Amino acid sequence: MSHSRPPATPSILARLGASRIAHGDLGFLPVVFGLVVIALVFYNLTPVFLTPRNASNLVLQLGPLTLLTMGMVLVLLIGEIDLSAGSVAGCAAVVLVVLLTRHGWPAIGAIPAALLFGCLAGLIQGSWVVFVRAPSFIVTLTGLLVFQGLQFLLLGEEVGALLIYDPFVKGIASTYMPHWLAWCLVGLTAIIALAAALTAPVRNARRLLRLLLFPLVAAAIVAVLNLYFGVPYLLLLVIAVALALTLLTEHSLFGVHLLAVGGNAEAARRAGINVSTVRIRVFALCSTLAALAGIVAASRQYSVDSATGGGNLVLDSIAAAVIGGTSLFGGRGRIVGGLLGAVVIGSVSNGLDLLGQPAHIKTIITGLILLAAVSVDMLARRRRISSGAAGA
Amino acid sequence: MPGAETMPLLEVRGVAKRFGSVEALRGVDLRVHAAEVVALLGDNGAGKSTLIKTISGVHQPDSGEILVLGKAVAIPSPRAASALGIETVYQDLALCDNLTVVQNLFLGRELRRFSGWPLRWVPARRQMVERATEVVRQLGTTLPSLHSQIGTMSGGQRQAIAVARAMVWGSRLVILDEPTAALGVEQTANVRRVIRNLRASGLGVILITHNMQDAFALADRIVVMRQGRAITEMDPKVVTPDQVVGAITGGSAISMEP
Repeated sequence: MSHSRPPATPSILARLGASRIAHGDLGFLPVVFGLVVIALVFYNLTPVFLTPRNASNLVLQLGPLTLLTMGMVLVLLIGEIDLSAGSVAGCAAVVLVVLLTRHGWPAIGAIPAALLFGCLAGLIQGSWVVFVRAPSFIVTLTGLLVFQGLQFLLLGEEVGALLIYDPFVKGIASTYMPHWLAWCLVGLTAIIALAAALTAPVRNARRLLRLLLFPLVAAAIVAVLNLYFGVPYLLLLVIAVALALTLLTEHSLFGVHLLAVGGNAEAARRAGINVSTVRIRVFALCSTLAALAGIVAASRQYSVDSATGGGNLVLDSIAAAVIGGTSLFGGRGRIVGGLLGAVVIGSVSNGLDLLGQPAHIKTIITGLILLAAVSVDMLARRRRISSGAAGA
Repeated sequence: MPGAETMPLLEVRGVAKRFGSVEALRGVDLRVHAAEVVALLGDNGAGKSTLIKTISGVHQPDSGEILVLGKAVAIPSPRAASALGIETVYQDLALCDNLTVVQNLFLGRELRRFSGWPLRWVPARRQMVERATEVVRQLGTTLPSLHSQIGTMSGGQRQAIAVARAMVWGSRLVILDEPTAALGVEQTANVRRVIRNLRASGLGVILITHNMQDAFALADRIVVMRQGRAITEMDPKVVTPDQVVGAITGGSAISMEP
């Protein structure tokens, strides 16, 4: 070819989002970059980190945190916070096991009851925030204390753990799908992505690339996990919840209202949106997800005790949401981001465990990662604002 | 200019409103026709805001009546005002910076594809984009993209979006509260063009302003309020800014009333 096409380079770059990055819209680039760094560092320190067995372990460990984080993203999106999520998770787990083991309920009754308990916890706290106009920080701090107390109360005099015997509940976090089924799901993802690419009204390189990402990532995950026991059904549950919440926040009108409440509650109110209803619903949803996280945590342990849902779980979920790009001031954030943030926190914790590091080192490093994430975001935001003035 | 024989879009007759011992409005008369810009001027505390809030359903008048297209109406809420085709753009614009232009235009009144739960949360995206494109073109304003968040846009563009928001619903009367305050020269020119296009589209406009240049550049009639009354009505083609200032401050006023 004798003639060159110089304009092609910048336009392709622009289409792939290079100009957005220059304007300070980093998207998930820092998180993905962080994940790669984490993987490389831990692989260097202990090659076990990047084995199929550890990947499988990590997926199971991440279950409760990812579910809790997605709920936290929703609450942060409307500019509130839920400090009670961990206690609600623990309390719901105890409700589940008390019903199963002490009262002999079947799983089909006990699981909905535990979820309903979470939903009610959220409804009460959300209503308190809305009708008493108390700050959510205080209301959910109260929730943290009350539900923790309730958890102890329900466990009763019993010292130690309350065991789960129900095979279904035990199986939630420890059954794997057959290899062929996992590959079928990858195929399904590819077909859906292809259909979306072909029917898209506007076709651009960026969009097509993003659609291609789904089947590729799915195939990679399945390929790795099938080298061990296979894909846990728990992963399917987490992905299904993530998809549903992404539809809710980014493709439904409820999502628009949620963002409006988080961005400018007064404008939302004047536009005729029932701000109170939106808030209460979001708190209920967050607590229901917390209850689900508690059920998964109980299933992983085959038991519940006073520590279920405790510790750093709720703070980790807030950190994960923020690492994933969710603003603490409301109105900005995505479910996928929260998921990636949870993977960051989970893999650091997992890697440090492999290295035999004690808990205090884990919390210090998690804290430093949170600080780094917030700093990167603040720097990018400054850039965004300065380029925004130029009319970007 | 529309003749007096056409039926006014909005007619306010002897509206009074009192807050405790303060008489905010003492029998205001005001008429706005279709395709007409009425500038409402007055010093702070003259009653402009109270009058506007009464027309837009925030306050209820103690006495007097409001007629829309010749029919006496009650406006118990901002919702009711919207239903009558009256939209108000307040100074703070009430926009969400983290939403896109289209999302802001339809906020709270989105077009839906289905009616039953949960499908009623599915947006009728294409119809909204089409209507938004239409309104933005009608206003003759330029925006970076209907799909970009408005947080990064200029003051003039945001004002235009707020006006477009009022227009999406096919309103008949738009009330603008200080639309050019805090805007630069170029942005002000933009907003003036938007207001002229509103009039060209056949809407009535009430323009509350402190800016004499805006009033003279845009208004078909200037109404001056003082101490809770619309004391005089002036033709900007006849009077001078000094005479208007005189009317506002209570100096020598020229009455243009027939």
